[in-house]
Amino acid sequence: MNNLLTRATPYLQATPLTLILGFFLALPILLLVLVSFWDYDFAGMYPGFFTFNYAETLGSWVTWRTYGNTLKFAFLVWAITAFLGFWVAYFLAFHIRTTAMQMVLFLVCTVPFLTSNIIRMISWIPVLGRNGLVNSTLVSAGVIDQPIEWLLYSDFAVVLAMVHLYTLFMVTPIFNTMMRIDRALVEAARDAGAKNWQIIWHVILPLAKPGIAIGTIFVVTLVMADFSTVQVMSGGQSASVALMMRNQMSLLQYPAAAANAVVLLVVVLVMVAGILRIVDIRKEL
Amino acid sequence: MTKTTEKKAGISRRNFLKTGTAAVAGAAVGSGAITGFPTIWAQNPITLRQFGTGVSNLNAIAEKCKEDLGITLEMTATDSDAAAQRAVTQPDSYDIADIEYWILKKVFPTGVIQPMDTSRLTYYDQIVPLFKSGKLLPDSVIAQGTAPHTVGFVESMDSKTFAAGETGYFTMVPTIYNADTLGIRPDLVGREITSWADIMDPAFKGKTSILNIPSIGIMDAAMIMEAMGEITYADKGNMTTEEIDKTIDFLIKAKQDGQFRAFWKSFDESVNLMASGEVVIQSMWSPAVAAVRSRGIACKYQPLKEGYRSWGGGLGLAAHLSGAQLDAAYEYINWYTSGWVGGYLNRQGYYSANMETAKQYMSEDEWGYWIEGKAAQGDILAPDGTVMEKAGAVRDGGSFEERMGKVACWNSVMDEDRYMVRRWNEFIAA
Repeated sequence: MNNLLTRATPYLQATPLTLILGFFLALPILLLVLVSFWDYDFAGMYPGFFTFNYAETLGSWVTWRTYGNTLKFAFLVWAITAFLGFWVAYFLAFHIRTTAMQMVLFLVCTVPFLTSNIIRMISWIPVLGRNGLVNSTLVSAGVIDQPIEWLLYSDFAVVLAMVHLYTLFMVTPIFNTMMRIDRALVEAARDAGAKNWQIIWHVILPLAKPGIAIGTIFVVTLVMADFSTVQVMSGGQSASVALMMRNQMSLLQYPAAAANAVVLLVVVLVMVAGILRIVDIRKEL
Repeated sequence: MTKTTEKKAGISRRNFLKTGTAAVAGAAVGSGAITGFPTIWAQNPITLRQFGTGVSNLNAIAEKCKEDLGITLEMTATDSDAAAQRAVTQPDSYDIADIEYWILKKVFPTGVIQPMDTSRLTYYDQIVPLFKSGKLLPDSVIAQGTAPHTVGFVESMDSKTFAAGETGYFTMVPTIYNADTLGIRPDLVGREITSWADIMDPAFKGKTSILNIPSIGIMDAAMIMEAMGEITYADKGNMTTEEIDKTIDFLIKAKQDGQFRAFWKSFDESVNLMASGEVVIQSMWSPAVAAVRSRGIACKYQPLKEGYRSWGGGLGLAAHLSGAQLDAAYEYINWYTSGWVGGYLNRQGYYSANMETAKQYMSEDEWGYWIEGKAAQGDILAPDGTVMEKAGAVRDGGSFEERMGKVACWNSVMDEDRYMVRRWNEFIAA
C-alpha cells in the first residue's frame, strides 16, 4: 500500500499541470489542426478532410510574401532590442553598485509597462504624423522644408513601436543572467590583463547567452504573432501573418485561418528549436 | 459591414428626456394612431430579441418602444459577417433581424426569415418607391448591386426565391439607408473635386485612403476604376473573376506607387486620418464626416458626378415567430414605421423609408435641412443636444431626392465573394 502510494506520488504531483496543459494547450491545438481540414462558407464550417485550406495558404504568393515581411520585422526588432537590452542590462548589473539602486532603476524600466500596449502604441501617432510633434518641430526649426512622410504609416513606424513595446522582454532575462555572473570572473580577467571590451566580449557576453536566448524567444514569438501594431502603425499598408489570419477570421473563414495558424505554429516552433540548439538555456541558470 | 462603430455611449437619461419630450410634443397629432397598443402589452409583457449590424441598434429606440408599446426590446449588435452567420446558424436566438439587404440575399434562401403580409403593415403604402420598384422618381435609373427591391418580395408565404416585382409578401421592412461618397478636406485639396477618379490624382499622392473592408472597399474601387475610364463593369455588385483581377491589379499598382497614405478599418480611424490632415480625400461614412466637423475642422461629404454607393437595411421576422409574438412583432414594425424612429434616424443624417410619417416628428427647419436640402434657419442639433450645424448651413449633396436619386450601386454580395476576398488580402499584403 505504502509502496503503491510512493510510486503514484509523482504522477499525482504531475496531474494538475497535465490537466491544465491538456485543456488549455493540447486540446485547443488539436481542435485547430482538426478544423484546418474542414470546408466552410459564410454560414458555417463543414467537417470533413480537405487539404485545400493548406493548398490555398501555401500555394499563394501572398503567404510567402507576408511571412517574408513578418520575418523581416522579427529580425529587425530582435537585433535592435537585443542590442539595447544587452547594454541596459549591462549598465544595471555592472555599473550600479548597490542592489537597492539596481532594483529601483530596474523598476523604472518597467514604468511605461503600467499602461496598456495599445495606448503606448497609439501615442506614437501624434508624435510621428505629418503634422505631428517631430515634423512640426523640424519644420519650424528650419531643418526641413517638407514634413517627412515615412515617419508614420511605414515599416519604420512598425519597427519603432515594436522596439518600444518589446525591449523590456529582452532587458529582464539578460539582467537576470548577468546578476548571476560571478564578479570574481571579471576580476580574474582584469588581472590577466584583459581590456574592457575583451571582458565584455570574452566573459560577459558568453555567460549572458542564456538570457539573450530567452529574450530572443520572447521577442520573436511576440513579433511573429503581432497584428495590432502592424495594422495601426503601418496604417493597414503592411501585412503580417497574424493580420492575415485576423482578416480571415473577421470574414468567418475559420478553417483557412486555422490552416494559417498551424503553419505559423510550425514555423515558430522550428525557430525556437533552432535557438535552443544554439544555446543551452538551462546550463547557466 | 458595420456602418457606424460610433455609438454615442447610448444616450444619457437627461438627453433622452430632452429629445423625448420634444418628440412627444411634436407628436401630438401622429400619436393618435398608436395610443391603442400600450394597454395591451403592458398587461401582458412581451420581449422581442433584435440583433443586427448596429446602425439602428440605438438605445433610444428601445426606450421609446418600451414607453409607447410596453414591448421590451433586447438589442444585440454584431458586424455584418457575424450577423449573416448568426441569422443562419442560430435562427432561434432572435425574433427580429435588423440586417442589410445584401445580407438578406445570403440569408433568406435558407428559410430563417418569414415573409410579411403587407396587408398587416399599416404604413406599407407610404414606403418610398425605391424599395418597391427600385426607382425613387419615376424616371430614375435602377442602380447596380443588390438593389433592395430585387430581394424585397417573394411570391408566397413559403417561397424561398425572390419575386421580380411587387407582391403582397415582403421579405423585410426597409428602415434605414444612406448614400455614401468620398469625404474631402476642402481647405487642403486646393481644387474642385467632382469625380471618384480624383482620389487617384497624382497631386494627392500619399494623401488618400480607402477602407479596408473587402466587400465595401471593392465597390469604392470599382467606382474609381469606372470613373477613370479603365473598365466598364456589367454589374459592379457582381463582378466576374476577370473584373476582380483587373480591379485588384489596379489597386496594387496604385498602392505601390504610393498613392495611399493608409487603409482604415474602423470608424475612428477614418475620423483621425481626416482630422489630423494625414489624408485629404478618402472613402468615408456620413457620421464620420460629422465627427470631423464637430472638432471644428472643415470636412465635406463631396457629391460626385458618377453618383453614390448606397446601402440599406430593414427589419425581418424570424421564421419561428407565431401567435402573440408574431402579433407583437407586427405591432413593433408598425410602430417603427409610424414616424418617431424615422424622425430620429433622419436627424442623424440617415434616411427613413417612411418619409411622410417621419416628417410629423421633425421641425420644419429640420425637415428643410436634412431632407429638402434647404439652408438651416436655426442651429441644427444632434440627438444629444449638441450643435451639429450652424444656422445657414446646407447639407452636402443637397436634398433627399438629389442624393438618393443618384445612386450608382448598392452594397452587395458577389457570386465570386471568396475569390474576391482572397485577392483583396493580396492587395493589402502587396
